Amino acid sequence: MEDSEKIKAHLRQLFDIQKLAVLATHQTGQPYASLVAFAASQDLKHLFFATPRTTRKFANVTADARVALLVDSRSNREVDFHEAMAATATGEVRELTTVERRAHTALYLKRHPHLEEFVASPSCAFMQVAVHCYYLVRQFQKVVELHIQP
Amino acid sequence: MNWIVTLDNIDSAKLPLVGGKAYALAYLARNGFKVPPLVSVTTRAYHHFVSETGLRETIALELNRKSFADMRWEEIWDAALRIRNLFLTKAIPPDLQAALSEGFSQNFDRQDAVVVRSSAPGEDAAGSSFAGLHESYVNLKGAKAVLHHIRLVWASLWSDAALLYRQELGLDIETSAMAVIIQKIVAGRCSGVAFTQSPTDDTQAVIEAVYGLNQGLVDGDIAPDRWTLNRRTGQLLAHSAAKRDAYMAPDSDGIKQRPLASALIDQAPLKANDIKLVFDTAQASEQLFDSPQDVEWTFEGDMLYVLQSRPITTLHKQNEKDSRSWYLSLSRSFENLKSLRQQIESKLIPEMIAVAALLAETQLSDLANAELAKEIEHRQSVFKKWVDVYWAEFIPFAHGVRLFGQIYNDAVCPTDPYEFMDLLGATQMLSLERNQLLEELADIIRQNPAAFANLETDLANDNRSNLDASFLAKLHDFTARFSEQTFATDQKKPFPAILINVIKEMATRPPAAMPDHANTVEQKIQHFFSKFSGPKLQEAKEMLDLARASYQLRDDDNIYLDRIEACLQAALDEGSTRLKNRLQKWAIPELHEAAKEVVRMLRDPHYVPRNQPRTQNKQASYRLQARQLIGQPAGPGLAKGSARVVVSKDDLAEFKNGEVLICDAVDPNMTFVVPLASAVVERRGGMLIHGAIIAREYGLPCVTGVPDVTRAIRSGDPVTVDGYLGIVTIG
Repeated sequence: MEDSEKIKAHLRQLFDIQKLAVLATHQTGQPYASLVAFAASQDLKHLFFATPRTTRKFANVTADARVALLVDSRSNREVDFHEAMAATATGEVRELTTVERRAHTALYLKRHPHLEEFVASPSCAFMQVAVHCYYLVRQFQKVVELHIQP
Repeated sequence: MNWIVTLDNIDSAKLPLVGGKAYALAYLARNGFKVPPLVSVTTRAYHHFVSETGLRETIALELNRKSFADMRWEEIWDAALRIRNLFLTKAIPPDLQAALSEGFSQNFDRQDAVVVRSSAPGEDAAGSSFAGLHESYVNLKGAKAVLHHIRLVWASLWSDAALLYRQELGLDIETSAMAVIIQKIVAGRCSGVAFTQSPTDDTQAVIEAVYGLNQGLVDGDIAPDRWTLNRRTGQLLAHSAAKRDAYMAPDSDGIKQRPLASALIDQAPLKANDIKLVFDTAQASEQLFDSPQDVEWTFEGDMLYVLQSRPITTLHKQNEKDSRSWYLSLSRSFENLKSLRQQIESKLIPEMIAVAALLAETQLSDLANAELAKEIEHRQSVFKKWVDVYWAEFIPFAHGVRLFGQIYNDAVCPTDPYEFMDLLGATQMLSLERNQLLEELADIIRQNPAAFANLETDLANDNRSNLDASFLAKLHDFTARFSEQTFATDQKKPFPAILINVIKEMATRPPAAMPDHANTVEQKIQHFFSKFSGPKLQEAKEMLDLARASYQLRDDDNIYLDRIEACLQAALDEGSTRLKNRLQKWAIPELHEAAKEVVRMLRDPHYVPRNQPRTQNKQASYRLQARQLIGQPAGPGLAKGSARVVVSKDDLAEFKNGEVLICDAVDPNMTFVVPLASAVVERRGGMLIHGAIIAREYGLPCVTGVPDVTRAIRSGDPVTVDGYLGIVTIG
């Protein structure tokens, strides 16, 4: 069995390369998926994304904070079946306050500098997902779980 | 890293890094031509800057909001302004900043005045010379000023002019880049250009010269002396002397036009041997590059410097349908705008008011049918004349706001590229004055709503005893002052239903005070002025004054023009009333088409216009519903409300307090419903259009340039308008 440090290293490597994640929310039981530009904290305990407050995903997470995020390294080729890696993070999301966001937007904008004006907009919410668990899939069906203590 | 290359290190392998202009100068220097010392800031520096700051993707996002085909010129200018502001406000990465500062101090003395010029790769290649699309800045001192202007030259890769010619330039976000030349200034006694082959006669060469710097000639501010020579022999064929009264000289900061010394007024800037030297040098450049050249030069004493040499091309040979050059001609100089203002304020506007008043004097009901037909035609031609004046004079002047915007942004580098508009809003526009009067009328109703319960009936039956005298007097005053189209066409009632509806709706909500930004505006003005000193401060003050006049005209000119159009409409209505029976089944087309038909019917008692059959929309198998529409953020703020899609005047009569105004284009005569609206959305794009201006005045969220908005949204749809990001969410 691999140790958790090795799994964390895989996750960090994946998150360094990938800029977009699929965010899963729901509205009264109807699942809904959206593409978001994300960033991960160094300790992997938190994932961040930004969204206008007028979006469906924002309405959904306001009603139920439970979310999942999928980050993967597929290249849309056959080799993906053995080469690609996919990480699903589950957790709870909340909007950061103006004071809180200051500490984290730098990390986010380092990865997505072109979103500076977007994130700075008063109508844009900066969201933090407290990750409960990562499900890392490799080699077609090899799955490990990395549980994060609060 | 190759961010900076000195003149002697530029060879053909570096052409893609330094651009054609720098390469040509290096090649000339290597072949014995006298060239002022220079360094090139290469395209790698540009690439590093846009990659590290995320600007490359930001530009891509900006330019892909909407297809260019759907963009109006004003929207292209807006996009260019936002991009330019990003180049000014993004921090230069520390490694690049250090390299550029060091490169400057290693190659120039601190006191050296320099020119910072564009040198885009491919820009001066044979067949694609794009002189004037990118920027150059003259007489800069010190690394800080040079760095600031390098940003501006980089930004000019995406200038509105460059975006208009993007296909010819092969402009591409991933690959296009801008190199910059930093060149020591030579403050020559006289300067000019030489065409080794005349653009109009290929057997001739042409030399043009002015006293002082050649910037005056290049910008068209100072008329040059012009010599025509035999291209093969150099024999002088003709000399046309200019009216010499000024020259361009370096100023403490930039350049300034100065009066020419009286001793020089009667002397041509070039003597016979100077002309020969310029001609021989230009010819030698042609030999070297193996194609006819356009050479910029300057004389310092007897020493002739070549400032630039590029192939002659025939860009701007336009076909008549290509109106891009008309758009580019809107970029007027300060001097030009000042004289335009004089012409508009003292002559054209008073004339328009007088013309409308004169037309309104004619009693239409007294005219026989044939006379009325003639009157309609007369009014059509008067209206057409003023529409032409509007395009030729008013629109170029209204674009004076753009010039101010650029000066403001360059000086202040604000985060919001439209902050400059806040400085212009403290003026009284006619539509604001009109809306203030409406507020006063609403306020009278608000004091005693019960007394106005039967307002429409009382007005229709002229029950004066039931009506508040001050209200009635104000209402009369209002209609007398603002008799333009929207209110004037509904002639069956003494006071149009639209007007009464708006006043009553206004009365249902608390009084809306115009946002008082006076203090912050004053602070911004003082902050702007603090960036200048001496004569430059005076120029900045004059510029602000001119921009305010320009901004105000942007609204007022339409109102005056509509007064004339209302006269045409009134004559047409008179005709329509007389032709009621024959018009019964006729769907009335737009004004001018209607005028043609009504005139024909007045003259021919047997003529009946035919309607075009309407096409039916096929029922779709799938239901497509827009959820989020994107446009330009044109007024900051976030608002929710029920949509009111306005496509005709009747829709205005339905307007309810708190609704979101959705329309194709906010006409100045529609702006009276803006105080009722919670937000404004329009298909037409731009920041300087009426909708955006009025929304900004009222502090309402506004999104402009949303394609198909009046079809994607229906009246009654719940919508949220995000004026920060330019997003309209439906549902």
